[in-house]
Amino acid sequence: MVRNSLGRLLPETFNGRPVLPYADPFSLRLERDHASRPLRRVNPGQSKLLGSLREAVEASGLKDGMTIATHHHLRNGDVLLGQVVREIDALGIRDIRIASSSVHPVHAELIPYIEKGVISAFECGVNGPIGEQASKGELKCPIIVRTHGGRARSIISGEVQVDVAFIAAPTCDEYGNMNGAFGPSACGSLGYAHTDALYAKCVVAVTDNLVPYPAAPISIPQTLIDYVVPVETLGDPKKIVSTTTRITRDPVGLQIAHYAAQVIEASGHLKDGFSFQTGSGGISLAVADNVRRMMREQKVKGSFGCGGITGYFVDMLEEGLFQALFDVQCFDLKAVESIGRNPGHMEISADMYANPFNAGAVVNRLDCVILGATEVDVNFNVNVNTESTGYLLHNTGGHSDTAAGAKLAIIVAPSIRGRLPIVRDELTTVTTPGETVDVVVTERGIAVNEKHVELKRELERRKVPVRDIRQLQEEIYNVTGRPRPLEFEDEVVALIEYRDGSIIDAVRKVKE
Amino acid sequence: MAGFQLRRSLLYVPGNMPSMLQNIPIFQCDGVMIDLEDAVPLSEKDAARSLVRSFLQTYTERNKEVLVRINALDTKWGHDDLKAVLPALPDGIRLPKADRPEIVETLDTLLTEFEEELGLEIGRFRILPSIESAEGVINCIKTARSTKRLIGLAFGAEDYTASLEIERTKRGEELFAARTRVVWACKAAGIQAIDTIFSDAGDMEGLRRETELIKTLGFSGKSLVNPRQIEVIHEVFAPKQAEVDYALQVVEAIQRAREMGTGVISLGGKMVDAPVVKRAVRVLKTAQAHGLIDIELNEEVIYGQE
Repeated sequence: MVRNSLGRLLPETFNGRPVLPYADPFSLRLERDHASRPLRRVNPGQSKLLGSLREAVEASGLKDGMTIATHHHLRNGDVLLGQVVREIDALGIRDIRIASSSVHPVHAELIPYIEKGVISAFECGVNGPIGEQASKGELKCPIIVRTHGGRARSIISGEVQVDVAFIAAPTCDEYGNMNGAFGPSACGSLGYAHTDALYAKCVVAVTDNLVPYPAAPISIPQTLIDYVVPVETLGDPKKIVSTTTRITRDPVGLQIAHYAAQVIEASGHLKDGFSFQTGSGGISLAVADNVRRMMREQKVKGSFGCGGITGYFVDMLEEGLFQALFDVQCFDLKAVESIGRNPGHMEISADMYANPFNAGAVVNRLDCVILGATEVDVNFNVNVNTESTGYLLHNTGGHSDTAAGAKLAIIVAPSIRGRLPIVRDELTTVTTPGETVDVVVTERGIAVNEKHVELKRELERRKVPVRDIRQLQEEIYNVTGRPRPLEFEDEVVALIEYRDGSIIDAVRKVKE
Repeated sequence: MAGFQLRRSLLYVPGNMPSMLQNIPIFQCDGVMIDLEDAVPLSEKDAARSLVRSFLQTYTERNKEVLVRINALDTKWGHDDLKAVLPALPDGIRLPKADRPEIVETLDTLLTEFEEELGLEIGRFRILPSIESAEGVINCIKTARSTKRLIGLAFGAEDYTASLEIERTKRGEELFAARTRVVWACKAAGIQAIDTIFSDAGDMEGLRRETELIKTLGFSGKSLVNPRQIEVIHEVFAPKQAEVDYALQVVEAIQRAREMGTGVISLGGKMVDAPVVKRAVRVLKTAQAHGLIDIELNEEVIYGQE
């Protein structure tokens, strides 16, 4: 066992690979070329169209022990990954690794195939039942949770070799040009699939909306696609994107959002050229609403909004508050509709969004990001992966990427979740290092990382309720009491990989 | 002006809901009114009393004024409410159905007895009676002068319109006469007038219009049922920059007069009298609460004008 710089105890190897302990957010570099892929030749008249997914699996040359990938833009409406795994099973192929951009609760349907040995590992984060069962020790299936930028990095660096990428293409022509903007399974941006299309050894486009050549606009081009498979459906449109994302009406959430907006204003970043990212949660949108009001009042023209894009950001783009949107995934129908219409609403790859090992990711240009947390500790480290039960229930997403990239990373969270305090002595799991977190905002007060002396002073001057994080913790403990730590077995079920490939924490089996 | 207290927003918090009570410290209202009356079903009166008492005992670092709305004293719960919560030291009691001054006087006597029993300064517990019937409105001028414990009168439109057997409308013409009379009563007695709740928590524009109206009439603030309404109410009550500038000039004039050892204060050649000073201090305290200014108000100067 080894300890990383945050004191987290890690195994020396995991699933046969050596573990590199996390040291700090910025110094690790890789001195090598990026991964390569086979050259292809498609001659005139040669068709890429195949009759079924099974034919595609056979044509791809997939064998025991190989790795497949899908993307998660269809979220909980996705049926493709399940269909692909069923075909793999039917062909008798075993020991497959899943390196999708994320796995959702809908993919609980994979559990029997894990038990059967068809799937032997996840090279990606998991949301929901698979992580939960792994945490209980009920599934033998090592998981490596990656950030969005970290996943792109792992594929581009060759650390994870995707043998076959199955890309759900909401609109596609017979030669493989595709986009996500149109069709019954429209999901908007295909940002996570770009890296798969570029680096997988074989790329299969799967579509439920085959259109005459050429599909327009082109998001992922024909030059990267080996096969095209029409299917009846890619997923359940109602679950692919939410119809609307709403600002919270909860007074506690609104209070948090109000404080977060005050932090942004006091930081001095809210000026022409301001760049901003929030999630799609109710509090995040309430922060965005406050920011929008301040931008209007102060006549600030922002440069870009990024990340998962909501209708809220589309409105801000159309109002002229932002010059552009960098969209790696659309969170609602309004964003999907916008990406096919607004030239300033640009689809970007996860690589461009957040990969730390390229010539500059978009997150590096972010002024401010609003992020959530299930727990924070007194050193500003943040957990978003495991719940108070200790179960691995959430993927990291862009949390660590944006925290590292943005000038101001603000964590917004209610001080009490259920009956548990959010500020802990020690986290169940570390997802994002405190070195990259600037401010924690709760409804009971705001804790500023001590590296921001000026910001803290400015907030105090503005009479915003600033607290030392330990003081904040005590105030919350006065209401909740001090929680008893969870107990874990030694067995490691998952690793939490930092964006640079080092390991920031290990998730262990929960003691029953 | 000593003991000046902003009461732009007094939030009702149900006394039977721990989740709401625990959030009292975080709401940005000027005061809360923990409700043991209408919000609490009969079957939960005992439990709520006990919960409120426990909460008040732990909420020791009070960052806002805390009143408790007890049940009416002619019900069997009112006296038990007092017995339960007064030892936990709320700032005052919101008294429902204050139709006649005698009702307030009765509470005044009871509070004096509790203060003696608890060894507290007489007059420590304040009273905010609710004027919520035609009879209450008719008697409110006497009620406003019934005891020195009063911090103001609160107008309750729901029960008032019910007593008139009319509907309450959003435009609120039916409330105009009563509101005006309540304000007169309060101003004449030197206490604050607190307006009724605006019950549609989703209609922020309606709330804004109503708050602008009651501010014009002379109310100091509003009762409210949803914390989301706080911000709009405070926005409306925020003093205008010109008011703040003038108030600052008045305070400067007082300081100048003090330094010169004269009791006569003039500003731009005009005499500054006590009501002007009082208003200036109120404006500055409100401006401070809004974060518009950051100055030290010299209490000695303020007291000197009283």
